[in-house]
Amino acid sequence: MRFAVVSFPGSNCDDDCVRVVREVLGESAHKVWHGDDDLGAPDVVLLPGGFSYGDYLRCGAIAAGSPIMGAVRRFAAAGGPILGICNGFQILTEAGLLPGALHRNAGLSFICRDQHVRVASDASPFTAGLSDRVLRLPIAHHDGNYHADAETLRRLEGEGQVVLRYCDAAGDSHDAANPNGSVGHIAGVRNAAGNVVGMMPHPERCAEPLLGNEDGRTLFEAVLRQGSV
Amino acid sequence: MKGTVTVRLKGGVLDVEGKAIEGALGRLGFADVAAVRVGKVFEVTLPDGDPDAARATLEAMAAQLLANPVMETFEVALEPS
Repeated sequence: MRFAVVSFPGSNCDDDCVRVVREVLGESAHKVWHGDDDLGAPDVVLLPGGFSYGDYLRCGAIAAGSPIMGAVRRFAAAGGPILGICNGFQILTEAGLLPGALHRNAGLSFICRDQHVRVASDASPFTAGLSDRVLRLPIAHHDGNYHADAETLRRLEGEGQVVLRYCDAAGDSHDAANPNGSVGHIAGVRNAAGNVVGMMPHPERCAEPLLGNEDGRTLFEAVLRQGSV
Repeated sequence: MKGTVTVRLKGGVLDVEGKAIEGALGRLGFADVAAVRVGKVFEVTLPDGDPDAARATLEAMAAQLLANPVMETFEVALEPS
């Protein structure tokens, strides 16, 4: 499969994504600059983490208007699988490709540590076959507090659009296991069609034995099992 | 001509920065502070012209970029020239 990894000014996890695709999955990866207007005919698009445009205005807000986002929108509309990780998730919400918004962590601190999450829906290309799986993934963000209004939240929960939920090691979600104040302990969501997914945790940072944790690899392997679009 | 766009968090959205500032004000002795909410003000300079058109332009800017309608509301104003 061909993975396109979009680099925005300030992205800093793009090379990590490329490494996972090439070295861990053994698939093809190419980087696409935000100023381009062509994704290079990929099967999967990854929007990596980082601090695009220095998080100016709101995290992801300026990147959401980048030239490449037109091609990302067309890819999304055609049903292509897209995963936004951390800042990539923020960009997808700012672009209106995913519901809700991410704002300042409830505790106001930048949080960088491992966090357990449970797969809340397997109806997405990146969580297929992983229903109820508890994963330990790194989080590293200042603005990961997921917000959606009550009506949107009801729709997300009703339609199974919540894909990852913060939890403890046993898989139970409660306030003490919620790192940032996200409503519904939401760590990741998908769009209504299911092909666009965003998550705050970083699966690309825990996908090989050298890093001491391979839980992240399962999410990338899930999309490989889906085959080409 | 100068315009301002004021962006505020919607009422139902918890303002964690506002809460922290509220606490800090209390510690400085401003005991009467009931609530603080943080917003943003953008000063935008536009070429002189039709005020209604300028106001419409500012509203479009706010809706498309300066505010996130999921969490924020906005108001636009023009300075009298």
